[in-house]
Amino acid sequence: MTSTKLKFGYLRRHPQLVAGTIILLFLALFASVGRLLVDPKEAYPISAQPRQAPSMEYPLGTDIQGRNLLAVAVVGTYLTSKIGVIAGTLGITLGTILGFITAYFGGWLDRVIKIIVDVLLTIPQLLILVVIASSINEPLTTNMMALVVASLSWMWSTRTVRSQVLSLRERAFVRVAKLSGEGSLEIIFRELMPNLLPLLGACLVSTVMGAVFVSLGLEVLGLGPQREPTLGMTMYWMSFYGAFNRGMWWWIATPVVILVMLFVGLYLVSAGLDEIANPKLRRKI
Amino acid sequence: MRLSKILERVFILFLVLWLASTVNFIIPRLVDKNPIRERLIQMSISGNYQAGFEQMVAAYEEKFGLDQPLWNQYINYMNDMLHLDFGYSFTGYPMRVSEQIANALPWTIGLLTTATLIAFLLGSLLGALLAWPGSPKFLNFFTGPLMVFAGVPYYLFGLILIYFLGVQTNIFPVYGAMTPGVVYENEWAKYLDILKHSILPALSIVLASAGGWALNMRGMMVTIQGEDYMINAEAKGLTGKRRFFAYGIRNALLPQVTNLALSLGFVVSGSILVEMVFGYPGMGALLSSSVKLFDYQTLYGVVFIIILAISVSTLILDLIYPFLDPRINSQDR
Amino acid sequence: MNEPILTVRNMRFYYHTEAGPVKAVDDVSFLVERGKTLGLVGESGCGKSTAAMAIMRLLKPPGKLESGEILLDGIDLAKLSEEEMRQARLRGISLIPQGSMNSLNPVLRIKSQLLDGLLDHGETMTGAEKLAMIKELLEEVELPVSVAGMFPHELSGGMKQRVCIAIAISMKPKLVVADEPTSALDVVVQRQTIATIERLRQEMGISIILIGHDMGLMAQSVDHLGVMYAGQLAELGGMVDVLKDPLHPYTKLLIKTLPLLAERGHFEGIPGITPSLLNPPGGCLFASRCPSVLPICSKEKPIWIEAQKGHCVACHLCKEN
Repeated sequence: MTSTKLKFGYLRRHPQLVAGTIILLFLALFASVGRLLVDPKEAYPISAQPRQAPSMEYPLGTDIQGRNLLAVAVVGTYLTSKIGVIAGTLGITLGTILGFITAYFGGWLDRVIKIIVDVLLTIPQLLILVVIASSINEPLTTNMMALVVASLSWMWSTRTVRSQVLSLRERAFVRVAKLSGEGSLEIIFRELMPNLLPLLGACLVSTVMGAVFVSLGLEVLGLGPQREPTLGMTMYWMSFYGAFNRGMWWWIATPVVILVMLFVGLYLVSAGLDEIANPKLRRKI
Repeated sequence: MRLSKILERVFILFLVLWLASTVNFIIPRLVDKNPIRERLIQMSISGNYQAGFEQMVAAYEEKFGLDQPLWNQYINYMNDMLHLDFGYSFTGYPMRVSEQIANALPWTIGLLTTATLIAFLLGSLLGALLAWPGSPKFLNFFTGPLMVFAGVPYYLFGLILIYFLGVQTNIFPVYGAMTPGVVYENEWAKYLDILKHSILPALSIVLASAGGWALNMRGMMVTIQGEDYMINAEAKGLTGKRRFFAYGIRNALLPQVTNLALSLGFVVSGSILVEMVFGYPGMGALLSSSVKLFDYQTLYGVVFIIILAISVSTLILDLIYPFLDPRINSQDR
Repeated sequence: MNEPILTVRNMRFYYHTEAGPVKAVDDVSFLVERGKTLGLVGESGCGKSTAAMAIMRLLKPPGKLESGEILLDGIDLAKLSEEEMRQARLRGISLIPQGSMNSLNPVLRIKSQLLDGLLDHGETMTGAEKLAMIKELLEEVELPVSVAGMFPHELSGGMKQRVCIAIAISMKPKLVVADEPTSALDVVVQRQTIATIERLRQEMGISIILIGHDMGLMAQSVDHLGVMYAGQLAELGGMVDVLKDPLHPYTKLLIKTLPLLAERGHFEGIPGITPSLLNPPGGCLFASRCPSVLPICSKEKPIWIEAQKGHCVACHLCKEN
């Protein structure tokens, strides 16, 4: 088989992964290259004529407080993704470490952590974060939001990693490694990790998705960083100022379209990674 | 062994509730200035209070005042929790929080359960059909987009629907549960109005979540088709219909219901936000208004009740599970 | 009425993979006589299970029945429509599966699984008739009637296998394909299961294809024996003929691997590995492992000939009788 046939075969076999990655790459490009094309300062109030419909000067229009929505789109995509990525990465790192420890060493530690994880998973993330965020009186920055969200993002990864490690631990190749004298740490890194990578990838993406979802929820409720033009805050302002009634459809469309793209992209990637981790789900050509 | 499992679940339920209420107790006290007290002070300064305000403040101070040792405060608080007494609502004074919740809860339960049930059943059926060879091809066309949008939060869908179906074309009402200020000729007209108002919010939930269920079910059915009993079922010459329902779906339903139980938290959060977007007078609206107006008592009450509802639902689903899967009873672990 | 109940002619079943066609069953012909048992034996991957499943048309794409006739009492199964084939299953030809832990639907009671095949083939029964049928079927396989209300996970492996046997004979089919029915069972239960199958054959006059890899077990219960290798039939004949006077070198080696109680000492395997079915070498597929190999063996494929009466073989060492 020629190599081009192989490459297209890969594309055909994992259309979701490819499509999702393309969407995410596009958004990343938009946020990064966009900064060069638009002045990020215009994402803040009183930088442009307010209430303008899309035109040559303002391709995405402006909002009621005079923000250039194209700038808002660029900066907002960056900020919202940043929150998601930071919270997601922190969450999955913590979760993976915990998952490994609890599965590998077992015993009472395992039971305690398992109960904690189960309890925390039952409670909807958003609600507790609403309680926390509303009790904090100072205005939040995006970084603080990321940390707050991260604090409740680790449980799913812990649970997934734990169950995978538990099932792998008893498999033959781990026993062989033990018999050959590999130490615990070595076993963790050289034997167990490589098998977990696709799963970890899928976990990372879902944790990021969850983090973006929750931070969006907080922002839409009005608990987000008030001064930053994240996508969620844009949605908050848009409903606060009644964009629907004013017919300012561009104000509604901008964050909605970008957010839908973000979620669709993340979802496709996570579904694609799921397919890789579980080959039975792969399509037959 | 079933009894011990049930007890374990109930234990976790109480653990969750205890944790939730303790968190609600601790958080305002961890921050520099207790926001509840701050709010009360604010309200009395700005003078926007109704008769009886001083009594409320006095009642509060008696239970949770600064002169009370923390331990006493905690006991008072937990006692209240047990009676589901969340105090007075700041904004709805003199209504008590529990009253406000009692008004809002039925709307949420109605919308949430109906929409989720429809989404779950419809999505699962579609997903199962997708995985079954010989089902009509056009289903792919239809379910594909649904599955792609499975990760999108419900309220984003809601906004899109509002715009296209509500504002532009005026087919469906986009706000509230009933048309304000209307006198209904009869019960029928009232219910019809309620129904019309609930269509868009319910549709947002169904469209956004059906894809997820479909995807899960499809994966499950694919796995099941490789199982020995499926092959033997075909060797027996059973009809496609029987194999699909009694051998396929029956077995795929079990993990699917578990998924439902696990995602209850997510589903509830999602529909709360949908209510907000549509101004639907359920728990979501209560949550959002209490956040905006710094009505902490209501906020904590709403959060607690939601957690209670989710935990109880999870417990109920757990109890149903053995009826779906006969293997559960005999296994000890 | 001495027509064979099943005649398979030139059956070819290939799996079409990205890398090319895998010739799982390549030009296989045999017949099963009425009321008799044909045993098909061979190593893992030799195509015996594929052949059986292909006869029942249970294999899915990318597998495809390339060519051949499968005549069950005169009707060519290969040419039936999907619905006709479904009707033929259980009523005309049925399967006793490998007896894994998962061979029965975990969420249905045994009585439902005994009856649903009958119901789907158009049999209508009153409540009383259903009860009577369940009782009758369970008695046939020597299981207590209480089993009917149980779920599969409450039964042992041997009991589950008996239920599968009961299902397979429930419509008194013409032919039963038993695909390694005892491989998942322990030795004692193996004997009982084979004995049950044998008894039912005699009582009901059904014909059986018994697939396995245990020559010793075969020897106890089959009338005719077919030896498969790498997707093709090496030898076929009466059981006694094949065992006492094996013609194909592969058959001889297989027999040698059987441990006999009287013999002690050194057991031999058959050195070498089976050739790839994707790109099979030319000539005889056993050439690379054959102790009696001739130069012609790697060049020309041996023809299927009747070397003795009722005893066929494909080997360059044997001449037509």
